[in-house]
Amino acid sequence: MLVNQFLLLGAVLFCVGVYGVLARRNGVLVLMSIELILNAVNINLLALGSLQGPQAAVVGQVFALFVITIAAAEVGVGLAIVLLIYRNRHSVDLDEVDLMKG
Amino acid sequence: MIAQNIAFTILAAVATLAAVRVVTTRNVVHAALYLVMVLASVGALYVLLVAEFVAAVQILIYIGAIVVLFLFGIMLTRATIGADAGLDNDQRWIAAVTGLFLLGVLTFVLVDAFGDDRLPSLENMSREALTAERGTGAVGDAIFSTYLVPFEVVSVLLLAALVGAIVLARRE
Repeated sequence: MLVNQFLLLGAVLFCVGVYGVLARRNGVLVLMSIELILNAVNINLLALGSLQGPQAAVVGQVFALFVITIAAAEVGVGLAIVLLIYRNRHSVDLDEVDLMKG
Repeated sequence: MIAQNIAFTILAAVATLAAVRVVTTRNVVHAALYLVMVLASVGALYVLLVAEFVAAVQILIYIGAIVVLFLFGIMLTRATIGADAGLDNDQRWIAAVTGLFLLGVLTFVLVDAFGDDRLPSLENMSREALTAERGTGAVGDAIFSTYLVPFEVVSVLLLAALVGAIVLARRE
């Protein structure tokens, strides 16, 4: 198998995730798009590790596991923040959260 | 090799289509369920890359925990169950152009850098050798020797995230 198969799939998932982050206004959906981006990163880590040989393959797996853990922590805190926004404003529309807009 | 390529094609197609549906569907709950499809096919791709432990963790953590967390988030923010036209903002076209531009740049760079580099063929290796080389045992060895300090730091990070989420979400 070509390594580019995996890397290009990762690129597609990454770009779809970027589109989602930019185009969605619901906070929960933005977090879902961020998950797509993190998955693209994991595919790249595993494919590139596998390309470099057995030792790098193990290192790639370890890094992917760390990314998955950090993604879990990120979703926990992110959803708590979205919940807080909902409680204060009764909507999760991120376009309305513009207190810091100059 | 051919079977692997067929499996890759199917999984990649499912992952791409489901990912597009995640960011375009008008129903929040459907978005979460399409996310399950993306995560499951990416997990299957990890098996193709001989990373079965990461695949298992992907199913357990992502589909088992994170998607459930998302469904809780959807429920607690009382999102409209059913179609909702107000999920996208008005920068949709600019976002699409940005995404496609980024995809073009990434494709160019990747094709330029990796051309047709092949992943090392593992077909001649015995299953025992492959497991010893990059199986779950090897990953465990790496985590608990070379990467012990990052591993402990990650557990502290998880604790911090747990405390932070509780402090943020609890009512006074």
